[in-house]
Amino acid sequence: MSFLEYRVKTVPAGLAKALHLNWALVILLTAVASVGFLMLYSVAGGDLSKWAEPQMKRFAAGMVIMFFVAFVPIWFWRNMAGVAYGVSIILLLVVEFFGKVGMGAQRWIDLGPIVLQPSEMMKFTLVMMLAAYYDWLDVRKTSRPLYVVIPVIIIVLPTILVLMQPNLGTALMLLLGGAAVMFMAGVSFWYFLVVGAIGAGAIASVFLTRGTPWQLLHDYQYRRIDTFLDPTADPLGAGYNIIQAKIALGSGGWTGRGFMQGTQSRLNFLPEKHTDFIFTTLAEEFGFVGAFSLLMLYALIIFFCFVTALQNKDRFSQLLVLGIGANFFLYLAVNLSMVMGLAPVVGVPMPLLSWGGTVMITVMVGFGLVQSVRVHRYSEVTSGRGGIL
Amino acid sequence: MRRSSRDTEDSARAITRRSLLLGGAMTAMVAVLGTRMRYLQVEKADEFRLLAEDNRVSIRLIPPARGLIYDRNGKLIAGNEQNYRVVISREDAGDAEDVLHRLAGIIPISPEDMERALKEARKRSPLPIIVADRLPWEDVSTVALNAPALPGVSPEVGLSRVYPRDTDFAHVVGYVGPVSDRDLEKLETPDPLLQTPKFQIGKIGTELWMEDTLRGSAGHRRVEVNVTGRVMRELDREEGIAGGNIRLTIDAVVQNYAQARIGQESAAIVVMDVTNGDLIACISSPSFDPNLFVRGISHKDYNTLTENDHRPLANKAVQGAYPPGSTFKMVTALAALEAGAITSSTSVRCPGYYEVGGRRFACWKGGGHGTVDLARSLTESCDVFYYDISLKAGIDNIAAMGRRLGMGMRHDLPMSAITDGLMPDKAWKQDRYKQDWRIGDTVNASIGQGYVLTSPLQLAVMTARLASGRAVVPRLIHMVNDEPVPVAEAADLGLNPDHLAAVRSGMFDVANSQRGTGYGSRIVDASMRMAGKSGTSQVRNISAAERARGVTKNDQLPWNRRDHALYVCYAPYDKPKYAVVVVVEHGGGGSLAAAPVARDVLLCALTGGIPPLSAYPAAQRNRIETMHRELPLRPPEGGPPVLTRA
Repeated sequence: MSFLEYRVKTVPAGLAKALHLNWALVILLTAVASVGFLMLYSVAGGDLSKWAEPQMKRFAAGMVIMFFVAFVPIWFWRNMAGVAYGVSIILLLVVEFFGKVGMGAQRWIDLGPIVLQPSEMMKFTLVMMLAAYYDWLDVRKTSRPLYVVIPVIIIVLPTILVLMQPNLGTALMLLLGGAAVMFMAGVSFWYFLVVGAIGAGAIASVFLTRGTPWQLLHDYQYRRIDTFLDPTADPLGAGYNIIQAKIALGSGGWTGRGFMQGTQSRLNFLPEKHTDFIFTTLAEEFGFVGAFSLLMLYALIIFFCFVTALQNKDRFSQLLVLGIGANFFLYLAVNLSMVMGLAPVVGVPMPLLSWGGTVMITVMVGFGLVQSVRVHRYSEVTSGRGGIL
Repeated sequence: MRRSSRDTEDSARAITRRSLLLGGAMTAMVAVLGTRMRYLQVEKADEFRLLAEDNRVSIRLIPPARGLIYDRNGKLIAGNEQNYRVVISREDAGDAEDVLHRLAGIIPISPEDMERALKEARKRSPLPIIVADRLPWEDVSTVALNAPALPGVSPEVGLSRVYPRDTDFAHVVGYVGPVSDRDLEKLETPDPLLQTPKFQIGKIGTELWMEDTLRGSAGHRRVEVNVTGRVMRELDREEGIAGGNIRLTIDAVVQNYAQARIGQESAAIVVMDVTNGDLIACISSPSFDPNLFVRGISHKDYNTLTENDHRPLANKAVQGAYPPGSTFKMVTALAALEAGAITSSTSVRCPGYYEVGGRRFACWKGGGHGTVDLARSLTESCDVFYYDISLKAGIDNIAAMGRRLGMGMRHDLPMSAITDGLMPDKAWKQDRYKQDWRIGDTVNASIGQGYVLTSPLQLAVMTARLASGRAVVPRLIHMVNDEPVPVAEAADLGLNPDHLAAVRSGMFDVANSQRGTGYGSRIVDASMRMAGKSGTSQVRNISAAERARGVTKNDQLPWNRRDHALYVCYAPYDKPKYAVVVVVEHGGGGSLAAAPVARDVLLCALTGGIPPLSAYPAAQRNRIETMHRELPLRPPEGGPPVLTRA
C-alpha cells in the first residue's frame, strides 16, 4: 500500500481519481503500443505516414477514451451493460445485411471516416453483459440449469451472428471469452466437462460431414484446417502464409536481424505483415529476445488485470476485469498460435500491435473499464454512490 | 443486487479460486507459446535463416557481349548494336492494360506486339514484359519523358547482332537468332545463359560453328528480390567474359566484288589462296540479308526467299554438288599419267564420237578434233581423248586421283551443310546400287559427268592442289582473339612434277592460246597471267522429243534445264597465288558465262581492288570499264553499296 492509496482510502472524486489510476498499466500499454508503432514503421519500409502515424493517432484517441471511461463510476457501466450488448447485437445484424465485404466475409460498417467492426466491440460488451448478469444473479443460483441457459443464450446469439459473417476466429473468441466469465462466476465444472465433450463431438462431426452437402464449415475454412495440419502440401497457395510466417520468425534467431533489416517483411514475402502477422516481423527483426520480452509485457498486462480484479470485492467489477483480461489473453494466444503454426489462420489480430482502428479502440475501452474498476474499488457499486466526476 | 457481506465474501473467494485456476491455465499457455518461440527461433534458426535467404536472393546472369567477326584485314562483318526496348513491370504498373494502352498512344506498337503484351500481362509471371523491341532512340526518349504518366514502364538497353555487310557474308557467317526450344533440346546440359530472355545464338554458318568461341561466359549478379521477383538492390556482381573475336581469312573487298560481279545469277564463287588454303572469298548467289533473321523474319520475306527458284538460302559454294564437266579433265589426265597409261605425248584421234560397248559417246564438237594430244585436249576440251584414256587408266585410278585432289570428301570448315560431293568407283556403285560398274560409267566420269559430283569448294581445292602440287586444305578462321590460327604447311601430293607441268601447261593454253576455250577471258598483264579450264556440265540430255521440235541449243531450253557453266583457274601462272572457281547454275557454256567472271574476281584478288584495265586485252577495255562503272560496290569500310565512279 503506497502512501497515496493510504491517504485516499475513501471514495475519490473529481480529478483526484487520476491518482487512483493504475499508472503502471498505462505505461505498459504505451510501451506495447510503441513497439507496434516501431514495427509498423519498419514494415512500411521506413514510411511513417503509411501505417505508424494513423496508428499513433488511434492510440492517442484510445488513451483519451480510456481516461474518460476510467473516470466514469463503475455502477454506470454496469447499468449500461444491457444497452451496450443490445447495440452490439443490432450492429451485428446491420453488418450482416449492409456490411462491407472484405476477405470473403462481411465484417465492416463503413461510416465514412470510421470503419466499424461490430464483432470486435462485441467481445467486450459480451463480457460486460455477462458480468452484469452474474452480479444480478443470486450467487447460490449460479449453477442452476435455467440460470446457466440464460448466459449461454447471451453468448451463443452474437456467436452465431459472427459465424454467419463468417468470422471463425472472433466467434471462437466470443465463445471462449464468455465461457471464461461463466467459469469465474462459479458455474459448476460439470457443465464445462459436458460442453467440452459435446464440443469434441461437434469437431468430429465437422470433419465427418466434410464433402457432403451438409458440411458445417466453408470450404476455405476446411482448407485452412488442412493447411494448418500440413502447410507444405500447398506452399504457394493456402500454406503460403504459415510457411512464410515461420520462416520470418525462425530466421530471427536469438537476437534478430536488426531493426528494418527483416527481409521477409521488407520484401513482401510476409502476407498481412502489418495486420495479423505483425508479430512475425518483430520476431524476425528482434529475435527470440525481443519476441519473448514482448510476450512477457503482454503477460504483465494480464497480470495487472488479475491483480485489479482480486483487489476488488464487487462481483460485477471482478468478473468484468477478469473477462477483459481473459479476452485480451485470447487475442494474444490465438494470434501467436496462429503465426507460430500451432493453430489455423483464423484472422485474429495482435492487440495493440496490429494495424486496425476498431481493435485498438475497443481494447482501450476495455482497459478503461479495468481502470474504472480500479479507481472505484472502494465505492459502493451497487448503491450508486460516488459522483461521476 | 444488494448482497449480504457474507455473500460478497463468498463470491469474492470463489472468484479468487477460479481466477487462480484460469491464471494457471494462462500461464501454462504462455509457457507453451514461449517454448514454441524458442523452438522456432533458437533451435530451427539456421534452417529458417537459410530459407529466408532463398527467398531473398536471386542470382541473375549478365549476358556477355558476343564476339565480333572481322575479315582478314580487320573490317567488321558481324558486330553488336545497342538495342532499345521498352519493358513494363506488372507490379509497378497497377493496371497494366491501361498503362499499355496509354503507351501505345505515344509510341508506335504493332498490333501483334500489343496483343502479346496484353496476354503476358494477364499471366501472373513476375518477369517484366517486353512491350516493344528495337525501338529508335526517339521513341525511347519519348517513353522516358512520359515516365510519370506510365507507371512500371521503363526503357532498357541490350545488345543485338548486326551485319553491316548484310548480303555479302550471309552464307559464310550465317546469322544468330533467339534460342528456340529445339536448340535447347539438342543440348544435354544447356548453358543457363540460353534461358535469358532475348538471348541470341548462332543458327547457321560461322555463327553456329564457332558458337563456343563467340558466346563468351556469363557474369553473375546476386540481387535481392521482393516477393514478386522485382529487383530491389544489387548485392554483388561479377562481370562476364565477352566472347572471342574472330578474323576470317576472307577479304571483304574481294568478297563484295565477287558478289556484285555475279549479280543475281544463281551461282557460286570460291577464291582460295593456293599457298595456305585461306578462303579469300566464298560467294553463293543470290544472297539474302541476315539482319532480317536476327530481327525475326516476316512470313512474307521468308516466303519470298523460299519460293525463289534461284534458292537464295542455299550456300551453293559448299553445299551445291554439281557435275564438274570438263573441269574434271585434269583429274582424268593426271590419273592416266600417274598410272602410266599414257605419256604427255600420247595422242588420240577424235572423229567427233567414241564407240565402246556398243554405245556411241559424242564429243561436244560434232565434226571432231582430229588427232589430239594431252595439251590440245585441254585447250580445246576434246572429250574423246578422255573417253579413251579413262578406259586405259580405269575408274579406280581416276577416283583415287580425284580424292587426292580433294574431291569426294568433306572439307571441314565452320560453315553449314558442307557436302561430301561424290567420287564414284566400282566399290561405291556396288555398295550403292548393287550393280557392277560399266565401261560407260567410266566414260561419263572421265569428263566429269555421270555420277561425279563436286562442290565449288572442292573444285577450288582441286585447282589449288594442281597449282601448288601440295595437299592444301581450305580454312576460314584466320585469327581468334588476335592470335593467328596456326596453319601447317601442306604436304606434297607426291605427283610427278612433269605430269603436273603437262597439265598446267594445258591449262595455260586454255586461257592464253587462241584456240583455248578461255582465250576470250585471258589476262594480258604478264605478271598475272592465268591458267584455267572451262566446263559445261549437262543437267540432262536434250530429249529426242525436243530435238524433233528443233531444240538443239541450250538457250532454247527452259532456264532450269540449261547446262551449268563452270570455270576453274589460278594465277599468276608462274608463281600461283590464288585459285578461283566460278559455277553458274544453268548458265550455259563455261567459257562464256563463267570464265569472264572468274578472270575479274581473280584480278580483284591479285590487285586487292577493282582490276586495272591494263590487265585486259585492249579490245575489251571499254566494255570492262563500263561494266565496272555500273557495278554497285560497297565502300571498303562497309555500308550500303554505291556505284563506283572510276
